[in-house]
Amino acid sequence: MTQFLEVDNLIMRFGGLTAVDGLSFKVDHGEIHGLIGPNGAGKTTTFNMISGFYKPSGGQVRLRGETISGLRMHEVARRGVVRTFQHSTLFAEMTVMENALVGTHMPFRPNIFAAVIGWDRDDREGARARAREALEFFGLDHLRDELAGELSHGHQRALGMAVAYASHPDVMLLDEPFTGMNPEETRRMMDLMRRLREDGITILIVEHDMQAIMGLCDAITCMSFGKFLAEGNPAEIRNHPAVIEAYLGGARHVA
Amino acid sequence: MRNLSIFVLGGAALLALPHGLSFSQQEILVFLTLNILLVSSYRLLTLTGEWSLAHVVIMGVGAYASALYTKELGIWVPVSILLGGATAALLAVFLSFPLFRMKGFYFLIGSFAAGEIIRLLWKRFRDPFGGAKGIKGIDPMPDFSIGIYDFDFFEPVSYYYLSVAVVAVCLWILWRIERSPVGLTFHAVHWQDRLAEASGVNLRAYRTLAFSIASGFAGISGALMAHYVGTINPTSFDVDLMVFVLTWAIVGGTATFYGPILGCVVLTVLNEIVLREMGFEQLRPLIYGLIMILSILFLPKGLESLVQKLASKRPGKGTPERSPAE
Repeated sequence: MTQFLEVDNLIMRFGGLTAVDGLSFKVDHGEIHGLIGPNGAGKTTTFNMISGFYKPSGGQVRLRGETISGLRMHEVARRGVVRTFQHSTLFAEMTVMENALVGTHMPFRPNIFAAVIGWDRDDREGARARAREALEFFGLDHLRDELAGELSHGHQRALGMAVAYASHPDVMLLDEPFTGMNPEETRRMMDLMRRLREDGITILIVEHDMQAIMGLCDAITCMSFGKFLAEGNPAEIRNHPAVIEAYLGGARHVA
Repeated sequence: MRNLSIFVLGGAALLALPHGLSFSQQEILVFLTLNILLVSSYRLLTLTGEWSLAHVVIMGVGAYASALYTKELGIWVPVSILLGGATAALLAVFLSFPLFRMKGFYFLIGSFAAGEIIRLLWKRFRDPFGGAKGIKGIDPMPDFSIGIYDFDFFEPVSYYYLSVAVVAVCLWILWRIERSPVGLTFHAVHWQDRLAEASGVNLRAYRTLAFSIASGFAGISGALMAHYVGTINPTSFDVDLMVFVLTWAIVGGTATFYGPILGCVVLTVLNEIVLREMGFEQLRPLIYGLIMILSILFLPKGLESLVQKLASKRPGKGTPERSPAE
């Protein structure tokens, strides 16, 4: 059986620096998979390669057996792998509803001729309904007409995920979704992610909040200096000597 | 009901407008109508965040194409005007391959270079473009009668009515595009191209789409001009007019649909009518420039911001029309 999402010997070089060096891991369908590592480990670079923002220097990313590495970002998205961005990358000048509507671009592809004549009413209604659904899911429905740039930080993070969710993704790549959230917001967002998993959406998540990662993930891959370090369930990772060494800087020095 | 009465009143005003004007002012009115289409089509391109310096040359492509289609192939003028627009749109699709490898400032310079190349081609090749002298004796619109009114297209009033009708249809299409999900996607490409791309938007395709639609309508505007004036040459589409298009768009503001139209109307009336009437013949460019600087200093968001302020002050009028991404 082919693996759902497979990262195979992925390499990324920036000039002389090898940011990701032969990384391999597998993600099963319907799980929440964490990608952790100390700062500069190459997590976001890995994300950028999976989502098509960077073209890998070597290696492959496969989705259901099909190679998706090296495709452009919108082509990866059209295969069902949708990402969010670090910080609040949103259409700040547009309303919350319009942000979500952009997210429905894939399920309801705009057609310019139909739009001019007015034959796309069903599509427009469908897109609005889907956008509303995504906003309601992330508790943003009451903020529909606000400008995205004027939302609180936590709401902006949620909107970023709502835009991704609106496109009916198979895989969501979440880049540090809990940054800037208070513990209450983090807890609520974790619940939403579990509900996404119940909907059959596979989640790959990069995060620094260890408590959230440990409480949320089914499997965790840990990397350090661009290399694969360890993999396992949260309990295994928490007690893995190599992981502890990577984060705390070596047991020898502590002792 | 209210919309209908505004529509009827506006239509009547447009019909009555040329009759209060002198012959030369009527001619200016024709050009003003065509320039409104030119600057409105330009705004569609700016929705995606790209500013081109080739827009006027592409308008010229429509003019040359339509003139040549009638002269060399004997195509009926109304059809050749549409074909002129289509030619301009098609050329834009080809130009998009090199040009949309660039963004922002580099696109601006690249588009200027592309425009100059096209202009030099017109100058260099006497056959079929007529070299520096251009094309003369372009067939006019054939006259026709609709019973209550005889269209005689050597009369500016007749040509004005024709242009108003064509431009109104074109503006309606542009308006529909902007208000559609396609227009929303243009805005998305402008404000955050990375996030748009992650949502599955093909950036190159949408930039090309905006560029070719804008070019197509600019081409129609150019073709209408060619059949009115009867003669075109490479200098009719030089950078001077491009600077005017830019100032109309900037002084009017590009956040709303009516902004550039407002800029075009106000500045043209100011330049051609008010300053001429006041007898500032030689000083006109100087005063025009001064007004432009002042308006940018004191109205950085364009004339449209004035309209919005006025509209929001009046209670019961509701919020002013806003484009999807203001």
